[in-house]
Amino acid sequence: MKRALLQALADHGLASEVQLVETGCMGPCELGPVLLVYPEGTFYVRVRPEDAAEIVVEHFLKGRPVRRLLWTEGAPPPREIPFFARQKKLVLANSGVIDPERIEEYIAVGGYEALGRALTQMTPEQVIAEVRRSGLRGRGGAGFPTGAKWEAVRAAPGTPKYVICNADEGDPGAFMDRAVLEGDPHSVLEGMAIAAYAVGANHGYIYVRAEYPLAVRRLEVAIAQARKLGVLGERIFDADFSFDIELRMGAGAFVCGEETALIASIEGRRGEPRPRPPYPATSGLWGKPTLINNVETYASVRHIILNGADWFAQIGTAGSKGTKVFALAGKVRNTGLVEVPMGITLRELIFDIGGGVPAGRAFKAVQIGGPSGGCLPASLLDVPVDYDSLREHGAIMGSGGLIVLDDSACMVNVAKFFLEFTADESCGKCIPCRVGTRMMLGILDRITRGEGDEEDLRRLVEIGEMVRAASLCGLGQTAPNPVLSTLRYFEDEYRAHIHERACPAGVCPDLVHYAILAERCRACDACRRACPTGAAQGTPGQPPYRIVDSLCIRCGACLEACPFGAVEKRPGQRG
Amino acid sequence: MDKETIIGQYPRSPDCLLSILHDLQEANPENYLTEDDLALVAAHVGLPLSAVHDAVTFYSMFSLRPRGRHIIRLCASPNCHLAGAWSALAELRTLLGVDVGGTTPDGLFTLELTSCLGVCGVAPVMMVDDEVVGNLTPDKVRQTIARYREAG
Repeated sequence: MKRALLQALADHGLASEVQLVETGCMGPCELGPVLLVYPEGTFYVRVRPEDAAEIVVEHFLKGRPVRRLLWTEGAPPPREIPFFARQKKLVLANSGVIDPERIEEYIAVGGYEALGRALTQMTPEQVIAEVRRSGLRGRGGAGFPTGAKWEAVRAAPGTPKYVICNADEGDPGAFMDRAVLEGDPHSVLEGMAIAAYAVGANHGYIYVRAEYPLAVRRLEVAIAQARKLGVLGERIFDADFSFDIELRMGAGAFVCGEETALIASIEGRRGEPRPRPPYPATSGLWGKPTLINNVETYASVRHIILNGADWFAQIGTAGSKGTKVFALAGKVRNTGLVEVPMGITLRELIFDIGGGVPAGRAFKAVQIGGPSGGCLPASLLDVPVDYDSLREHGAIMGSGGLIVLDDSACMVNVAKFFLEFTADESCGKCIPCRVGTRMMLGILDRITRGEGDEEDLRRLVEIGEMVRAASLCGLGQTAPNPVLSTLRYFEDEYRAHIHERACPAGVCPDLVHYAILAERCRACDACRRACPTGAAQGTPGQPPYRIVDSLCIRCGACLEACPFGAVEKRPGQRG
Repeated sequence: MDKETIIGQYPRSPDCLLSILHDLQEANPENYLTEDDLALVAAHVGLPLSAVHDAVTFYSMFSLRPRGRHIIRLCASPNCHLAGAWSALAELRTLLGVDVGGTTPDGLFTLELTSCLGVCGVAPVMMVDDEVVGNLTPDKVRQTIARYREAG
C-alpha cells in the first residue's frame, strides 16, 4: 500500500507536496489498513494498493474525499465516531499521529518536556511525591501503587540502582504494550528516565519479547536517536544526572513477565521466579535495588509531570486513576485497542465503544485479564472497570486483554483453554503450580468428555484455592481464576456436562451428537460424500439419510455440506 | 560473520547471554545452537557450560537440534483459535507434510506453534521468520509457503 501510494504521488508530481508517514496503531484493527489524511482528518478504511491512484487524484488533486473508502458514507472525522469519541487517549495519544522513528516528531508534540521539567525544576523527592499523589498504579496487572514503589527503591540502601521496563507482554489477546513500543517508543524512554532520576539510577534495561521484532527495531532506533540528542547519556539537560538504556530480548517464556523471573532472565539464567520478599525494590538485578514497571506505566508518567498530579487524579475512580488501554477482541463488532478512563463500565466498553456482539448472537460473558483473569457474565456488565471492582468479582484488570464471548462459547471449554495455557507455561519450579494446574486440567478434561461427577466440582474449588494460596509467583497464584470464576457464574453449565452429559453450547465433541431431520432431508447424498468415516449413510433419492453415532467423530462436515439445513448438532450424547 | 566476531561484539557479561544466543542461532542456516556454540558463549560471558545449557533448554525459542531455514510460528492463542487458526494449521500440515515441531525433508521449513504474537486484530496469524502474516486462510497459507519456496 505504501509503495502504491508513493508511486501514485510521484506519478502526479505530488511527492514533495504530500508527506506519507508510517505511524503506529490507530486502534480499529478490523478496519485495516487505515489511512488518516491531515489537515482535514479524513479517515480511510480498508484501503488497497489499487485504491492509491484514486485517492491521490480525487483527494489531493480534486480536493474531494473518496466516499467509498470512508468509514461510512459521509463519515464525520474520527474524533466524532463513537469508537473514538468515548475514548480518552493519553498513552496512545501519539500512536497513529507521529512517526515513531523520528525523535523530532515526538519532541514537536511536547516530548521530553516532562523530563526537562523534572530534571531542571524538581527534586527527585518532588517527582516521587507527584507520582504518588497522582494515584498511578502499575499497569502490568497487579496494580501496585507506582509512587510507593519508586519511594521504596529510592529509600533502599545499596548502589548502583537499576530501572527496568517490563515489555515482556505475553497475555494472549493483549497487545497494548506492542502498540506503545511500536507507535510511541520515546514515551517509554522518557518515563524510564524520569523514574531513574527519581529513584537514583543511572542504568536502565528494557526487556522485550523476541516475538516483537518491529518493537525491538523501533526501540533500537529510538534509543540511538535519544543518545544522539542527549536526552539519554551524560548530564542530561545539563543537570547532574546521567542515564542510559540497554535492550534485552526474551526467548519465548511467558513466565518471564513475572518480575523476579524477568530479572533472572536478564542475568542470563533460566527465567524462574523466586519467593518474595525480598522484593526487587531492595534486592533486584544483581542483588541491587531495582525499579521494575510496565510499558504503559512508564508511558503514563510524562502526562503526570506535564499536567500535574491533580489533573491525572481527576480521571478515573477513587482507587484507580488515569486511563487504561484495553485490547478488545472476540465476538465484538469493533476489535482493536481502546484507551478509556478507569471506571467506565463493561457495558460502555463492550457495547458503546465495541459496538456489541455481531447480529444473530447474544452476549454471554467477557473474559478479562487473560489467563490470570476471569469470566464475567451479562449480569455484571454494569461493573465499573477498575482494579478493585474487578477483583471483587473474581476477575482482574490484568494487562487489559478483553475477549467477548457469545452464546456459542462453552464456558467449561474456555476455562480449560486458559488453564492449558498456564499449565503449559508453568516453569515447574514450585509444586502447587506445576502439579495443581495439571490436576485441575485432568478434572476439566474428564468433565468435557462426559466422565465427570459432582465431586469434581468440589475438587476443582479445593485444588484451585490451594494453587492460588501456595504458588510461588503471580502465574500460579492467578492460574485458577478462569476456572473459579466460570464455576462461580456458570455452574449450571458444568452441571449440564456432568449430570446430563451435554454441552449446552454444543462445543465439547463428546457431549454433542448429530442427527438428520427426516422432514428436511432430500437424500441428495451430500452428507454421505462429505463424511470422512462413513457415519452418514443412505441411498440417493430415498430420504431420510441417517447418522450412525458409533462411527461419527463429530467433525461437522455433514452439517456444513447439507444444502437443506437437515443436519442438526444437538447437545448431549445420543440417548 | 564468524562465531567469534558475533560473540566479540558483546561485553563479557552474563546479561548478554540471551542476545548472543539469539545472534548465533540466527547466523546458523539450520537455525539451532551447537554444543560448540554453547561452550564458546559460556567462556565469553564467564558462566559454566552447565549453566548455559540450563538456560538454553528453558527458553522455547532456542533449539539444540537442526531446524529449517525458515521457522513458521503459528499463533495458538484464543483469538487466533476463535478466528480459525486450526484450518490454517491443517493446511500447513498438508503442505509441508510435517507435524508441529517437524522440519521438512528439504530443510526449508520448521513448523512451530507460539503463544500470542500480539497482532490479534488480523487473527489468525503466523510468523515466518520475522514476517507477520495475518488474516490467514488456507489460500493465504498456500500463497505464503509458495512465495518462500520460490525464494528458497
